[in-house]
Amino acid sequence: MVAGSFLPLIVALALAPLMQGVIIRTKSVVAGRQGQPLTQPYWDLWKLLHKGAVYSQTTSWIFQLGPVVWLVSLLLALTLIPFGGFPALSSFSGDFIVVAYLMALGRFSTVLAALDTGSSFEGMGASREVTFSALAEPALLLSFAALARQTERISLSPVLTAISWSAWAHSAPTFSLTLAALLIVLLAENARIPVDDPTTHLELTMIHEVMVLDHSGPDFAMIQYGSALKMWLFAAIIIGVAPPWHRGGPWAETAVSLAGMMVFAIATGLVESSMARLRLLRVPQLLLVAIVLSALAVAL
Amino acid sequence: MTALLISLLLFGAGAVASLVFARCDRCLRLFGAGGIILGSVCGLVPAIQVALGAVPQSLRIAWDVPYGSFYLRLDALSAFFLVPIFLICALAAIYGTEYLEAYRERKALAPPWFFLNVLTASMAVVVLANNAILFLMAWETMALSSFFLVTFENEKQSTRQAGWTYLVASHFGTAFLLVLFVLLGKSNGSLDFGRFNPASSVGALFLLALVGFGTKAGFVPLHVWLPEAHPAAPSHVSAVMSAVMIKTGIYGLLRILTFLGPMQAWWGWTLCAIGLSSGILGVLLALAQHDLKRLLAYHSVENIGIIALGIGVGIVGLSRDEAFVAVAGFAGALLHVLNHALFKALLFLDAGNIAHATHTREIDRLGGLLKRMPGTGATFLVGAAAISGLPPLNGFISEFLIYLASFKGAVSLGAFGSVPMLATISGLALIGGLAVACFTKAFGIVFLGQPRSECAEHADEPNLAMVAPAFVLAAGCALIGLFGASVVRSLGPLISSVTGLQPLVVAGGLAEAANSVERVALFGAIMIAMAALLSLARTKALARRQVSMGPTWDCGYATPSPRMQYAASSFAQPLTASFRMLLQTREVLTGIEETFPQRAEFHSHTDDPYRSYFFQPLFESITRTMAFLRPLQQGRVQLYVLYIAVALLVLLLWQIA
Repeated sequence: MVAGSFLPLIVALALAPLMQGVIIRTKSVVAGRQGQPLTQPYWDLWKLLHKGAVYSQTTSWIFQLGPVVWLVSLLLALTLIPFGGFPALSSFSGDFIVVAYLMALGRFSTVLAALDTGSSFEGMGASREVTFSALAEPALLLSFAALARQTERISLSPVLTAISWSAWAHSAPTFSLTLAALLIVLLAENARIPVDDPTTHLELTMIHEVMVLDHSGPDFAMIQYGSALKMWLFAAIIIGVAPPWHRGGPWAETAVSLAGMMVFAIATGLVESSMARLRLLRVPQLLLVAIVLSALAVAL
Repeated sequence: MTALLISLLLFGAGAVASLVFARCDRCLRLFGAGGIILGSVCGLVPAIQVALGAVPQSLRIAWDVPYGSFYLRLDALSAFFLVPIFLICALAAIYGTEYLEAYRERKALAPPWFFLNVLTASMAVVVLANNAILFLMAWETMALSSFFLVTFENEKQSTRQAGWTYLVASHFGTAFLLVLFVLLGKSNGSLDFGRFNPASSVGALFLLALVGFGTKAGFVPLHVWLPEAHPAAPSHVSAVMSAVMIKTGIYGLLRILTFLGPMQAWWGWTLCAIGLSSGILGVLLALAQHDLKRLLAYHSVENIGIIALGIGVGIVGLSRDEAFVAVAGFAGALLHVLNHALFKALLFLDAGNIAHATHTREIDRLGGLLKRMPGTGATFLVGAAAISGLPPLNGFISEFLIYLASFKGAVSLGAFGSVPMLATISGLALIGGLAVACFTKAFGIVFLGQPRSECAEHADEPNLAMVAPAFVLAAGCALIGLFGASVVRSLGPLISSVTGLQPLVVAGGLAEAANSVERVALFGAIMIAMAALLSLARTKALARRQVSMGPTWDCGYATPSPRMQYAASSFAQPLTASFRMLLQTREVLTGIEETFPQRAEFHSHTDDPYRSYFFQPLFESITRTMAFLRPLQQGRVQLYVLYIAVALLVLLLWQIA
């Protein structure tokens, strides 16, 4: 089981960029282009890791600490996420609180790094980032509360293992509402359409991407890899909550979950291709919907 | 107990010496600060011993005051509050020796030293007193000495106004406490704490305590004095007031809870409701502030809200026989008392450094201070992360415990019982998210980027006495973050005395909570190690490559000026706009009308909604309706003597009849 307990982490570390590749490829195909190879995100990271760096004269050590803390906090959060049939590397009462707050720490550090540049664009992105995630946080924790109440466990690995067909059959409304809330939180926290457009060419309209304008080289690689891990983390929770399609042992379940992740990535790509971004003023309302959904999920 | 008496005497000596040597500047610093530091060190020894589980001690000296006695008792609860009082006061005294120097030319420095000694002593007696008369006298001394400290810069109109608000609010609270203690002592004819035994109407007593002590602690809507008084005081006094003085309100509430017998569920519900409104409104109002110290003061309201949430969750758990919920809730609340003392004192001292170096507290006039004041900046960062409840620092540990209690309660209590738990979970999450927003704003705008004004450009780090205390406090934040589990385990005797649960049950609950806290701390340690390794790896990798410096990428614009940076009010604007229903921010914008506009202005100001929409109209209407009594007040002594004579006469006649 030693190999098994490391498996969720290893899979995440290895395949998170691939998920980004799948999303990008889906969008290209829908747009009628051939698109980049699925492995392009890995090559991008490789290239960035071997570059030098340019730092702004305005910045201080905070700017250099930002990407490091961002990546470390996401790596640590991933050790708490189970995947497929395998429990997470570490699991204890209240571990999902730690997941939420590790992500808050990551956000804290990137926001400060953005403010360190003194750029008004990056300040703007930072401001939006803290606004939207402050509203996403109650939805995230209430969703966890709904899952905890439903499964009567307060640790992520046991909660996700306890979600079975019979649990779904018994309380499908709760699980589906939680899924919907988590999905909105995922979109907001990961800078996806309809909250944010990671590929826009206008800095004024960006959130996450505009915060990291000044990072370059290895720093930017850490930011990009961290973003991929964060997407993976949320998607893994969502796949864990979704109805379990598997039969058989943990390995089979892992394979099914992996397929689920890729389907999820394709679905994200399809959503991004078929939807426009919301106006920024509408985003808090979307997040409010997430809070209401998760509150309903708890109440049911 | 001898050590504590000596420590009280040392505070007294420090106070007297400050008055005697008022004209000698060096003696003032020596004796004024020396009294507090020596007294605190002396008192810390027994306080820490009892807090860690030594036998409670008491001391009783007969007193001529009716119903009163000089009765001190050091038990686990007093000791737990006494430790931060002594610690923070000693550090504030060290800081004050340097901070007050700036006022030497214009102000007499004897009063602040005198009153700081008195304040320290009175806070110590408040948590030690075991007799209601002694308690109330110490309580009043505490209020008055802090009033004189708040009004130190009394040449400013705003400071006098703040002091006045504080005085009124203090006495409003004390009035409720008077009634409370009279009712408590009525049945037994004794005002000694040990002999209170209220049989009936405990609910009313709870409400009296809630209002009386809640005013001191700063529960919404009784918090209105807090954001006025704390910024007005000198920074080391703000630190003492925000970090430990308002906690005496929490102490009082907990102490009264131990007298009232079995706790009822609705007390917990009430405290959760108060905690939610204090927490959310506190952090929202903080977010809307432009003045750094005012922002910090509102964060005290927020943190008191978090403490109230912990106590509320604990009480609900206790009333439903959920031992773990009760134990973890109280443990979180108590630990947050200690944690908030550490990081709030730290932040106020650093805010003092900023005000000292730049002569402004206006966030939008600062910027780029991290390069000019590296020590202040680094410690402020620790405080900001800790108060936002981020791992691996102490703020996360206490919030984690409250979350843990609420999640456990949400799972094990039925649909009805889990309502306060779920409210606490979502409230804490919102508060946490908003606190991150608020402190990225405070740290980011003040310390990062480029200076936004002349005064920030020429800022300099103050000398060691003003920076070292912040480092001590930052180390404390990190230590509790990394070794929180042992602190949690040591809370056993305290929690069983407050909740009345069996020590074994409490120890079991604490062990379970400490187990999780230990894992959290392990994560913290790994995080620090990994961050260090990763930074090292990057440095190594970059050593062989080209690393260049350039201007900030401003989307093609190569000469951005400091004034083009994002400002604090713009940073907070999306959130303040989302919550404008609660905040009622007033905005003044002179629009751009001509083709070639010369100048446009924008101001925004957020008043305290309770102050402007509740207390101000209330007090105005009281003034109006009571106006007919004005003719009684003519300001002539003879007339007042006449009033006294008439009153006496009426009383005599009444007695005869």
